[in-house]
Order: sequence, then structure tokens, then C-alpha cells
Amino acid sequence: MWNGIGRSRRKHLVNNPTKTIPMSQYSASELWSIFIMQGFSGLSLFSVLLLMALGLAIIFGQMGVVNLAHGEFMALGAYVVYLCSEVVHNHFPALVPFYFIIAIVIAFFTAALVGLLVEWSLIRFLYRRPLDTLLATWGLSLIMQQTFRSVFGAREVTPALPEWLMGSFKPTDSIDIPINGVFVMGLTLCLTAAVWLFMYRSRIGLHMRATVQNRVMSGAVGINTQWVDRFTFCLGCGIAGVAGAAFTTIGSTGPDSGSRYIVDTFLVVVFGGTTSLMGTIASAFGIAQGQSISGFFLEGTMGKVAILLTIIIVLMIRPKGLFASKLRS
Amino acid sequence: MNTLYKRLLGGKSGLTNLVVLAVLLLLVLPLSLDIFRLNLVGKYLTFAFVALGLVLLWGKAGVLSLGQGVFFGLGGYCMAMFLKLEASDPVSTKIQSTPGIPDFMDWNQFTHLPAFWVPFRHLPFSLCAVIALPVLVAGVVGFAMFRRRVGGVYFAIITQALALLLSLGIDGNQGYTGGRNGITDLRTLWGWDIRSNSAQYTLYFATCALLIMLIMAGQWLLSGKMGKLLNAMRDREDRVRFSGYDVSAIKVFIFCLAAGLSGLGGALFVLQVGFISPSLVGIIPSIEMVIFAAVGGRSSLYGAVYGALVVNTAKSLFSESLPQLWLFLMGGLFIAVVVLFPNGLAGAWELGKRKAGPLLEKIKSRRRILLPDAPLVSAFEQEKS
Repeated sequence: MWNGIGRSRRKHLVNNPTKTIPMSQYSASELWSIFIMQGFSGLSLFSVLLLMALGLAIIFGQMGVVNLAHGEFMALGAYVVYLCSEVVHNHFPALVPFYFIIAIVIAFFTAALVGLLVEWSLIRFLYRRPLDTLLATWGLSLIMQQTFRSVFGAREVTPALPEWLMGSFKPTDSIDIPINGVFVMGLTLCLTAAVWLFMYRSRIGLHMRATVQNRVMSGAVGINTQWVDRFTFCLGCGIAGVAGAAFTTIGSTGPDSGSRYIVDTFLVVVFGGTTSLMGTIASAFGIAQGQSISGFFLEGTMGKVAILLTIIIVLMIRPKGLFASKLRS
Repeated sequence: MNTLYKRLLGGKSGLTNLVVLAVLLLLVLPLSLDIFRLNLVGKYLTFAFVALGLVLLWGKAGVLSLGQGVFFGLGGYCMAMFLKLEASDPVSTKIQSTPGIPDFMDWNQFTHLPAFWVPFRHLPFSLCAVIALPVLVAGVVGFAMFRRRVGGVYFAIITQALALLLSLGIDGNQGYTGGRNGITDLRTLWGWDIRSNSAQYTLYFATCALLIMLIMAGQWLLSGKMGKLLNAMRDREDRVRFSGYDVSAIKVFIFCLAAGLSGLGGALFVLQVGFISPSLVGIIPSIEMVIFAAVGGRSSLYGAVYGALVVNTAKSLFSESLPQLWLFLMGGLFIAVVVLFPNGLAGAWELGKRKAGPLLEKIKSRRRILLPDAPLVSAFEQEKS
């Protein structure tokens, strides 16, 4: 991030980290580079938030199930990629350049399987009791966190990333775009498109939407609503696993990585209007850019506090979110 | 007198519960534990204040708030600010570059006290703020939310966001609030040393007395019309609304009540433990406070106290001896309480009483049958004659 800024400015910022420089003191090209890089980091944050929120939007938005263990499913995906990385590097060195994509697919299925187990053993008893699901899934998240801690240790781990993910693009001298950011964005785009196609253009997606809108009639028409619920939950968890796998490219994973993102994820989903996929996309974009910009001009956590405050105030004014559709409840 | 008996004490069963709790807290525990462990029990009892508020809010009114840590923290910080200013008088802080201000402000190169700290020099203001500030915040948030009929899960998530907001806000401003370390090194309350053993005993008994009084007050509240309204609101809110009651006003009232209780608990926590930090304000402590209420029995006032005591004792015991196991147990407790024991300890107690009732009757009736057959003259006397 420091690359585009002149040396004297860098020195000023390093020596006085709390004193931000007013915008007028930057030159035009420096400002332009800064905006491009901030915009890109905002886009990067957007794709991260959207990946996390997509799975939750499906589970919470479609089923009304509050899964506070969603972050732990993401951590599960990350740990699966780490495991694959260890196995491949130790036993199948020939596969090293290709393993990452396969690992992501394995992460998807592992998370979906664990989600199936969780749904079968816990969630299906609590469908009509959303507040109780909240507490039960928090308990589940504690259990999962401790499992990670016991199995993988309390230190953070990173899989060995393949060569093609390292380094960055340099389109001009002062603009520095990291490749893993581009990878995450690309993955998010593909996943969002896939989810949209699945929900709105496939038979199973049709069943899912029908069950959400009118459970009784869907059952009467012959849709197995129990299996649709189970499937929806697994899909949401699988997407969380892929999100976790993608995060290994931008950060390390520890037992409590999941809990770091859970509140943000929920806010993104609730802010956008839980029943609307478009809403989730829009709210992820808004929150990410807002956080990125305010994080630059305010210090440290205050940027995040400002954004949180804005979200809460907007939710107080419009509690169903920005893009809430009017459903007969 | 009869009404007082029924409403304040809750009838015969309420009186039994009250006596048992009073004996436990005021006699059994102080006599059997040393001052260190008694202080720990006092700390757990301050969490019971929050659990009490949650029983009223969640168990009775059906509104789950995952952000009670906010109000606990606000009350605690108000008290801590007063105590800190008292401990930072110019004489004891003369080695600082700016004497007369708290140490963390000095580390952040502050030269004078920020404006919002100044009123906390006065004890009456601080005491009022302990209750008034959480109630005010709860009133604003509650009004905005309940007017728009935000309930259930949305409300819970927004309260979580509030808890995160406050803990981040406190964390990021070390100069104004003490940051992540919180406010520490508190010594005296208006000249009375709160760290001495006698002070800790006094504070313990004061906490117990306040708790018992508040339980009776809660009992009185619930035994009247408000109790019926809360029950009705929890079960069929729209019917209550159609009957003409202002549901949002009732919810705001209960939310503010729970917030005030939590604030009081926070202040007592600071007095007994001697510090406060953002780790008591965030998401995790707020959800833990909900589990105290849930384990005790979410609609039982006495359950709140027992739940807080049991869960915290278990936490201390297990995290000392088997730290790896503790989170599994805690997670399992959450799931068990939700799926298997929705009425917590209070429910188990009621179940026990119900099962024990016919058993006791059987024993009593056996004695009545046996007694008529007993000889009028004992065998010894028969032998003698």
C-alpha cells in the first residue's frame, strides 16, 4: 500500500502514525493511485463479505434458521485446505501445482457433509424456534472451536499456497494489485453466478424457493420439504466452506477465526434484506466500500465503529433491510 | 396482609424459595467459604442481576437480547470512572506528567480531563448514572426498535451488533476509556477502602440483600396485571395489540428495567472485583449472561440466581482443572438447555416436586394405615402384667 506514496510522505506517516495527512497535500497522481488501491481493497473486502454472506443468506434468508456456527464452517473449509496442503506436500509432491482447486472442492463437500450431520442431529428439532436455534448454534460453534483447537492446535496455520497465487500485478508503477485478491474476487463472482443460476434456473432451486414461500402448498404439490430443508442447509454450509478455503489465500486460520466474521456476516445479510440475494450483494458492496473509505480517514477501529453505527441506525429506521420484499408472513 | 404475602412473597412456594435462597446466601456460604471464594461468589451474584433482567425480558416477555453486556458495562464503567477519579487525586499521581488525571490518560499524553469525565467526580451523579445511563440507552434503542415491531431474531442480532460496537469503541480509545486493559487500580469509595476484607464482606452482604429485594420486587411486578400482560405478549402478541394495549411501550419498559438491573450489577461488579474492561462488554459475555438465565430456568426469578451461580462455579472449576474440556461442556450446555431442558434448573425442580408429591402422599397414607393396627399396649407391658 505504501508503494505509490512519495518517500517524505511515507516517513511522515511512519513517524506519526496517528496523524493522517489531509487530502490536499497529496499530488493528483498519488491521490489517483490511492483511490484505485483503496477501491481495490474495498472490492476485495466486498468479495470477502459477499462470500461469507452468501451461505448465510441462503440459510437465514431462505430458511429463517440463525446459524451462529456459520463462521466455524468457514474455518472448517480453511482447515480442510490446510490438511490437503499437508497431505499433498508430504505424500504426493507431483500434485502440488494443481491441488488448490481440488482442495476447494473437497472443502465444499466436507462442509456440506458436516452441515448435513448438524441439520439431522440438531437443527431439524428447532425450526419453529428461531431464538432457540440461535443459542443452540452458538453452543455448536463453541464445540467446533474447541475441536479445532484440540485437533489442530491453538496456533494459526496456513496451507502452502501455490506459485500462481503469489505476488501482485503492477499495471503502472504506483498501482499494486495483489493476485490473491483478484483470485478471491474471481471466485466470488463465479460462486455468486452459480448460486443465482442454481436458485433461479434449476428444478431444485425452484423447489427451494417454493418451500420458503409456502411450505404447506409445496408439500401438497409433492415436494419433500424435509429434504429440501436439509439440502438448503447443506448448500449454505458448503458455500461457507468454500469461503473459508478462499480466505486461506489472504490470511491465516486459527480456532477462533470463524467468530471474528460472524457478526459482520449477519449484519450484511440483515442489512440487505434477508430474503433477497440482490440485497445481500448490494449491502456487502456498500458496507465494504464504506469500511474501506472510513478506515482510511479515521483511525483503526473507529472506522469499523462508524460503519457499525451507521448500519444499526439504518436498521432502526428500516428494520427489514434495504431490499426487503413484501412477503405475506 | 394477605395480598402482600401473595404478591410480594409469592405465596407458600415463593416464601420457601425465598427462605432457602436467603439462608444459602446469607448464612451457609459466608460461614463455609473463605473471603477469597466468597468474593468470587459475590462476583457471580452480580451476574445474577443481569440474569434477573433477562428472566423478565426473555422468559416473561419473550424478547431475547444478546447485548446485556452493553448495559452491564455502562453501569460498571460509570462506577469505575468515579472510583478512578478518586484514586487519581493530584497527591497520589504526582509522578505523572499531568497529575490529577488517570494513568492511562497520562500515557496518551492528555493534559486535562475530557469533558464527559468531569461530572463523575461527584458520587451522587455517578450513582444516578449507573442506573440512568443504561436505562437511557435501552430506552432509545428499544423505542426505535419496538415501535417498528422489530422482534425476535432481528432484535437479537442488532443487540449483538450493539455489544460489538461498544466493545470496539471502548477498545479503540485508550485515552478516553482505558482501552483494552480497562480501568484498573481502583482503591477507595469516598474514602472507604474497597479492597479490605471487611469491605468485601460488607459488599457481599449488600449485593445479597439487593438481589433478594429485587427478586421480591420482580415477584410483586409479575403477580399483578403486568405479569399477565407479559405472558400474553410472549405467547400471542397480536392479540394483546388488538385488545388495545401498547405493546411497544410495555416492551420498552421491560427492556429499560432489564438494562437498569444490568447496570446495577455492573457497578457492584466493579466494587467487588476492582476493575472493568471491554471483555465484559462484548458479544461473548453477553451471550454467556443469556445462558445463566437459561440454565436457571428462563421464566424463574430464583432460577436466575441459581443459574448464574451454577454456571460460573462450573466455569471456574473446569477451566482450572480441565481447560480443554470446558468449552465442550459449555457448548454442550447451550445445546442441552435449549433442546432437552428448556425450563432449566427450575423446570427440573418443578418436575422433582411433581414426582415427589404423589410419593410423599403414598408414604403419609401408609403411616395412617399402619397406625390403627399397632397394639394399644406394648409387648413389654403385656409381659409385665
